[in-house]
This record gives sequence, C-alpha cells and structure tokens, in this order.
Amino acid sequence: MISLGIEGTAWSLSVGVVSGEEVILLENKPYVPKEGGIHPREAAQHHSENIGKLIGRTLSRINPEDIDVIAFSQGPGMGPCLRIVATAARVLSLKLKKPLVGVNHCLAHLEVGRWKTGARKPVTLYVSGGNSQIIARRGERYRVFGETLDIGIGNALDKLARYMGLKHPGGPKIEALAREGERYYELPYTVKGMDFSFSGIVTAAQKLLDEGVRKEDVAFSFQETTFAMLTEVSERAMAYLEADELLLVGGVGANRRLQEMLDTMCRERDAKFYCPPSSLMGDNGAMIAYLGLLMYRNGHSTKIEESTVKPDFRVEDVDVNWD
Amino acid sequence: MLTGIKEKPEIVYLGGEAEVRIYRDFVTKTRKKKGYRIAVLDKILRRTRTRSEAKIMSAARRAGIPTPLILDVERETIVMERIEGEPLKKIMSTELSRLLGIYVAKLHQAGIIHGDITPMNLIYSDGKIYFIDFGLAFYDARTEPRGVDIHIYFESLKAYFENWRELKESFISGYRGFDKAEEVLKRAEEIDKRGRYVEKRMT
Repeated sequence: MISLGIEGTAWSLSVGVVSGEEVILLENKPYVPKEGGIHPREAAQHHSENIGKLIGRTLSRINPEDIDVIAFSQGPGMGPCLRIVATAARVLSLKLKKPLVGVNHCLAHLEVGRWKTGARKPVTLYVSGGNSQIIARRGERYRVFGETLDIGIGNALDKLARYMGLKHPGGPKIEALAREGERYYELPYTVKGMDFSFSGIVTAAQKLLDEGVRKEDVAFSFQETTFAMLTEVSERAMAYLEADELLLVGGVGANRRLQEMLDTMCRERDAKFYCPPSSLMGDNGAMIAYLGLLMYRNGHSTKIEESTVKPDFRVEDVDVNWD
Repeated sequence: MLTGIKEKPEIVYLGGEAEVRIYRDFVTKTRKKKGYRIAVLDKILRRTRTRSEAKIMSAARRAGIPTPLILDVERETIVMERIEGEPLKKIMSTELSRLLGIYVAKLHQAGIIHGDITPMNLIYSDGKIYFIDFGLAFYDARTEPRGVDIHIYFESLKAYFENWRELKESFISGYRGFDKAEEVLKRAEEIDKRGRYVEKRMT
C-alpha cells in the first residue's frame, strides 16, 4: 500500500511518498522568511506558489495509479498555511479518485518516530518551533503529560537568535555558538510540575547580552538550562508512567546537545533512548504520508466535507485504534 | 544523623529526581546527581531545592496541612518521619479528591504553591492526606501560580483516571472554602486553554 502525504503547517512545505516498509520519496520546498520570524500570510503565499510544482515533481517520479491514499496535515498549525495544503490534498484526491485522510501533525511526528526507531511504548518528547510536549499513550488515546505554558522551545531559540542578529532558523546557530561557550550564567529554571515555560528565560538571556556577556556563553547557558528542563520533565514522565523508552521527535530534536542529555538520562535509569534520522525529525511530508497510511489501514478516512482545517488540533483528539 | 544510619532501608524508590529510602521509622530523600546537566547547574538545583523543600514543608505543617515531620537536613538529603498509608493513586475517590481540595485551599491560603500536586505524591493515612513531596514548591500568592498548581492536578487526574471529570468536580467543591477560589478556578480554565496550540505562538 502506498500513501502520498502533504505537510505545510508552518514554514515547511513538503510532499512525501511512503509504503508500509519505506520512505519512497521526499520533496521539500521550505519557506524562509526574509527577515524576522515566520509570517503566516507570507508562508501561505509561499506554499500556494510552490505546492503545485512540488506535487507535479512527485507525481512525475511515481505512477499516480499506484497511490492508495492521499494524506495531509489537518492541524495544528497556521490557518492560512493549512488551508493551502488542505485544498491541494482535496484536489489531488478528487483527480486521482483516491481516499483522503486528514492527520494530526504532532501524532505524525510521533508515529513516524516509532516506525523508524522501533520504539514500542515510549514517552515522547516532541520539540519544535511552536510545540513542546511530553506525550504518552493511555489506552485508545495519546495524552499530553506536560507542555510549555507559553512558547515552544524552537520559538524561544529563534527569539534569542534574532536578538543576536542571526537569521531564521536560529536553533542550529545557537547550537554552534553554544559549543564555544565556556561559562555558565544562571538563568531562571521554570518547571512547574510536568509543565514548563521559556519566555522568561529568553528575556533573562537577552538581558545578559545587553550586559555584554559573550554570545557563546549566553547560548551555552540558555541551552544547558532549557534542555535540562526538558530532560527533567521527560524523566519525571518516565518515572510516573514506569516507561523504559524515550522517543525524541520534532525539529529541535536534531540538536546534538539535547540528544546527548536525553541519552545520558536514559542510560542512568536503564531506559532506551530513540530518535529518528534527521531527515524525518523536522516537519516533513513522509511522516504525514506514514500516519495517513496507518490510519487508512485501520479504517480511518476523511470525507471532503469533513476535511476543514483544524488550527488547534490536539493530539488527544485522535482516536487511536492501532498498536 | 545521616552518617549514623546503620540499618538497611526496607524500600528504595528511585523517583524522577530523588532517591527515597524508606527505613522502619524514617525516610531519607536524597537528590541525586544528574549526569545529563552540567555540574554547576546540577549543584545549584540540588542544594536549593533541598533547602527550600525542607523550609516549605515545615511551613505547610504549621499551616495545618498534614506533612511528615522533618528530622534533619544535610546537603542534598532530607530525613523525615515515615508516614505509613496508601498512595492516593491507588485509592482515589471523589471523597478523597474533595478532601485534597480543602487542603490545597489551606496551602494556597498560606501563600504556598505546591508545584506538583499529583496522586503519586500524596499518602492517605489515618483519615488524612499527607503531602510528602515539596520538591517543586515555592512561595507565591498570585492567582497565576495558584491556577497552574490546580491545573497540574487536573492534568494528572486526566492521565490516570477514567472518571477524572467527577474527581475534578469534587476537588473543586473542597477548594471552594478558599476565599480566592473562584478567581483561581477561572484562571485554571484559562491556563488549560492557553496550553492548547495557538497560532500566535509561532509568529
């Protein structure tokens, strides 16, 4: 069975094709803001200008007749971007006469991670620009056990990077700077139960920069503090749920220091740490295709009239009837 | 006191943050070194959390909330009285959730935020619910942290119990004894919504 998936919840625009065994194709055309952060309307404009070409290129490399299902990210995400993706998916579904499956973007990260790593019942740390959540399955639902009370960690990294005059995406640039950091400056450590927040730390880090502290040391202190928070909360969720697997997904998951900290934590408690290959870590069409395939196989499909976008789509809202 | 402990613990429990050793008459809670965080941050977190936990636990006790008596504090270890009973997680009921609401109201009245109210952190013994873990507690009398405090409890109910709605309602009925209850409950609802994905977060 073959599935084509379209992702475009924010900056990423991507089309992927997967079978039950492997990722067959992955085509990306990300939106890069000229300055500042992601502008939803500009991103949507970019998506609408490029989605046709991206799908065309994909279809020229496979036999469209082989496709069994069309999947698209129905949410959560930026409304204007989601609408472009949903429209393209509906058109494709009607044209090829193939069923449509609207999928939850966060769950797609999680399921493609499980698929590619072999993790069975992990606690999942999902870290991206807009999302930072600890997710685990309870029966027929996934539940969010902890999450950011304000901004996502990726967004926090971007804000700090912008303050340093660095361009989007800021995460990899902060990571590179942090490697050169030597001195730790104390920053607010804000964990509340299983939840956490980042905006206060961004403000405090910006203040350090204003005071003339080296960029490298600020980046280092920022990463050490925020990643320690994420690792701590992941560990607490694992202790709470008596889980012995941790899965890291989402764009910020590509950060080596974060991976290293989570791996160390898992080792110290005899648990296994998993993270998928970096090409599937950030937002991508293959994960959407994969979850679409999984859902379709388990009896899910989305009628055109039910395919309206869900900007606030929660992972808890998905009925999970597969293993 | 610590160096004088010769007997073997009956139970050793490795939590997310601390190792708890349960002896016949007392319990030790030691914050363990975490290899994942840099030494300087590790030391700051372990020392400050241990000291503040002991301080707040005593204050809570003085405010009429059942807690173990603190016997000693040494570096990253607290030695406290052993409370024998059942974890709330095992015997949760609407009555107990309501009683918890009454205690949390008292705690908030005393200016304390618990920071981690979950059925795993509470022990039922002799008709009382004992608060045994103040590891993430702090002083604050504002509505926001109070709302977060309650929100954490509601989230843990959702994670653990099918009848979480009922349990939530009984907690609320107990918590209403607090004169700021309505304000806090309203804020808890807002926090619940705020935690949800919102578009403006990404801009």
